[in-house]
Amino acid sequence: MSAHADTHAHDDHGHHHKETFVTKYIFSMDHKMIAKQYLITGTIMGIIGIVMSLMFRMQIAWPEEPNVLFEALLGKWAPNGVMDADIYLALVTIHGTIMVFFVLTAGLSGTFSNLLIPLQIGARDMASGFLNMVSYWLFFLSSVIMVLSLFVEAGPAAAGWTIYPPLSALPMAQGGSGAGMTLWLVAMAIFIASSLLGSLNYVVTVINLRTKGMSMTRLPLTIWAFFVTAIIGIISFPVLLSAALLLIMDRSFGTSFFLSDIFIQGEVLHYQGGSPVLFEHLFWFLGHPEVYIVLLPALGITSEIISTNSRKPIFGYRAMVVSILAIAFLSTIVWGHHMFVSGMNPFLGSVFTFTTLLIAIPSAVKAFNYITTLWKGNLQMNPAMLFSIGLVSTFITGGLTGIILGDSALDINVHDTYFVVAHFHLVMGISALYGMFAGIYHWYPKMFGRMMNKNLGYIHFWITAICAYGVFFPMHFIGMAGLPRRYYTNSNFPLFDDLANVNVVITVFALIGGAFQLVFLYNFFSSMFFGKKAEQNPWKSNTLEWTTPVEHVHGNWPGEIPHVHRWAYDYSKPGHEADFVPQNVPLMDGEEELQH
Amino acid sequence: MNTTVVNTGTEGKTWGGGNEPLKASYGKMMMWFFIVSDALTFSGFLAAYGFSRFKFIGTWPIADEVFTHVPFLHGQELPMIYVAFMTFVLIMSSVTMVLAVDAGHHMKKSKVTFYMFLTIIGGLIFVGSQAWEWATFIQGDYGAVQTKGGNILQFVNAEGERVALRDFVVAEHSERTTHENKNGLWFVGESSLPTYTVEEVVKGLESHSDILVRTQTLDEHGHKTVLTREESLKALKTNGKMVVEGANLHVNEYGSPLFADFFFFITGFHGFHVFSGVVLNIIIFFNVILGTYERRGSYEMVEKVGLYWHFVDLVWVFVFTFFYLV
Repeated sequence: MSAHADTHAHDDHGHHHKETFVTKYIFSMDHKMIAKQYLITGTIMGIIGIVMSLMFRMQIAWPEEPNVLFEALLGKWAPNGVMDADIYLALVTIHGTIMVFFVLTAGLSGTFSNLLIPLQIGARDMASGFLNMVSYWLFFLSSVIMVLSLFVEAGPAAAGWTIYPPLSALPMAQGGSGAGMTLWLVAMAIFIASSLLGSLNYVVTVINLRTKGMSMTRLPLTIWAFFVTAIIGIISFPVLLSAALLLIMDRSFGTSFFLSDIFIQGEVLHYQGGSPVLFEHLFWFLGHPEVYIVLLPALGITSEIISTNSRKPIFGYRAMVVSILAIAFLSTIVWGHHMFVSGMNPFLGSVFTFTTLLIAIPSAVKAFNYITTLWKGNLQMNPAMLFSIGLVSTFITGGLTGIILGDSALDINVHDTYFVVAHFHLVMGISALYGMFAGIYHWYPKMFGRMMNKNLGYIHFWITAICAYGVFFPMHFIGMAGLPRRYYTNSNFPLFDDLANVNVVITVFALIGGAFQLVFLYNFFSSMFFGKKAEQNPWKSNTLEWTTPVEHVHGNWPGEIPHVHRWAYDYSKPGHEADFVPQNVPLMDGEEELQH
Repeated sequence: MNTTVVNTGTEGKTWGGGNEPLKASYGKMMMWFFIVSDALTFSGFLAAYGFSRFKFIGTWPIADEVFTHVPFLHGQELPMIYVAFMTFVLIMSSVTMVLAVDAGHHMKKSKVTFYMFLTIIGGLIFVGSQAWEWATFIQGDYGAVQTKGGNILQFVNAEGERVALRDFVVAEHSERTTHENKNGLWFVGESSLPTYTVEEVVKGLESHSDILVRTQTLDEHGHKTVLTREESLKALKTNGKMVVEGANLHVNEYGSPLFADFFFFITGFHGFHVFSGVVLNIIIFFNVILGTYERRGSYEMVEKVGLYWHFVDLVWVFVFTFFYLV
């Protein structure tokens, strides 16, 4: 059956060469091209998100001081260069939305799941190339709508990326609650459809299209991570869709799902009986698994890169798989830890504290396994490896504060302060971003057939690493001192005057770190044309993608698909001459398989 | 590559690669995972419904009093009869779908055509019935008065049977104009005026000494609380705000507006699924007639829409249970 399918696909490849510009670069159904499309779109969204964060950081550091940049970029929202409070809230909201969903979900998962799943499991393409294409174009459409919402006259959505009602449910609640919020919801509904189509493809491709010999226990950990991420997406995004649809009903058709007994200008509105806490439950049922949708692909990429560049097998392969599955399961039963101060029953809070702290176990297993893989390895310190080690570092420092925030008794003291901001930026924001950078440096030769400049990569890593800690480390302290999130200025509170200098330091680090991303962008785009030509297997890696030709061909392998004889981590295996044994190399006589 | 002759070490293993471990094509599996995802959307709605209902557990409308209508049997109280019929039709359409899938396995084109046709008819009857039920629910039955606090006051006679407003209230046709957006705050509007004013209801109640007010509060036996004559008049006079006839997304003569909100939204969302299912079934039906699957040598598409159709039925079982039965 599958042999038949193989030859069929192969035939297709034979007389499929008449591709026009449109079918090759725009409406492409080839997973490698779709991966690049995701990467470029995600990068553009990332630039928008990061520029926004730099703008509101400048506002926090130098509140209400005229800034030419504001005047140029924000126009009427910054009269005489002084940032308006409404646009501050909108910038924070859209920054969060774009970074979480458009960069670290679609940009990360979309890029590397698409690129690596068929290549690493030995498949000609995704199960359904057509749905894959539709998935990308829905993502593109939703990105366009989200960016367009920035130009709504009354302002883009400004209720925070968590869009709690009533700010999101009453169109007259604030400037951004009107058309801006509507566009936000429309963009997210389309995004959810895109994510669903993508996830369906990833899951069935991994189940059905693995090449002969690629058993589940021989899968590279990247694939395990993408596979489980897609399953979490299938389970949690539809609940966000529920919440969004109910919210649209409240906004546009006058239902009372999330609203009750509200007065505006002395008029009592007709809403009655709804509960904003209900929205929080529905939202965080997605919102928490979303953290792992963002993080797991980065962890999978890290496993692969750390093992390759330590020239050592990954430590505890099965423990890694089990911990991915455990994290996925636990992620769906911990959402209440975002709601300790929502008025939820404190007993329920203690249950959520318990399940939340359980996540520390599989997370610690992963962190220790990374360190033990690195231990006494023959470390190849290329930029991808540095970013992977950076991820391990931020995963640990950000994870430790998670133990504090997961405990309801402790969380209440620092809830909605910069402590929380510091925590989640380190553990999911920076970690996932490092994972994405690591993946780009590592698989760039596979994507574009050329190498990125190593030295620029080193500069990029070290400045980014120093600045990321420079930004988020001090935030823990101003958070513990009580500085609340989401205030556009703290100058009205003499209590916080002492923290003003810390905020200036943070912003300076943010500006430097942000500026040095230009080095990455230059490296990324110039290497496409002027980079050194890539060799077949530049990192001497075991996985199947390095057996495909450097020049992309439709169907990935010009001949037959290789069969798999071993797991992906036979590095420095005794008895072999080279320090790596690719997965398609049969076992030698008398050789024992390490992992099966 | 000369590796093909060498064993991979996973020969004969279900998950060894190079096969379909779940014995399902990728398309069928995608349908399964889509169903998982859609089931969670419905779970979100039903969980929200449960959350809201428990909040008003002491005042929630009694479904047996709401869904009492059957087409062509006007004026009779027949709780749950019509929805039972609807449910039966939908489940039977699942049965005919099973028969169509089975006939597809045996490559019997005419049988597939016949059973697909029956399935489509069943789906259409269901969607039509739902439209009728919505219309009846929107139109309302007895009428009620909403209090300033948002509660509903209904009217019963001495035997405890509900009494319709039209049976004891007389409309005095005075000049009343609807509040319009352009004359007031732009976000405050009113759709249309009810037949009676609260004053007219008060007059009607005063002149009919056997009529009492029933609040939406449930007693320990699950019955709604009936007020005494004095309490009835007092409640209506001091708290009555407006007359409510039928149900919509803002008010609901049977009780909490959330009941109507969730009823319209969840049955509507489900009805949308049934409608999409019917459309898919019709597309597949024509493909069957045109012999597309005969030529393809497999009726798997019928199986895939069958999966979706059964899922829609299964969801209805839950909706039916939570809205009508419990």
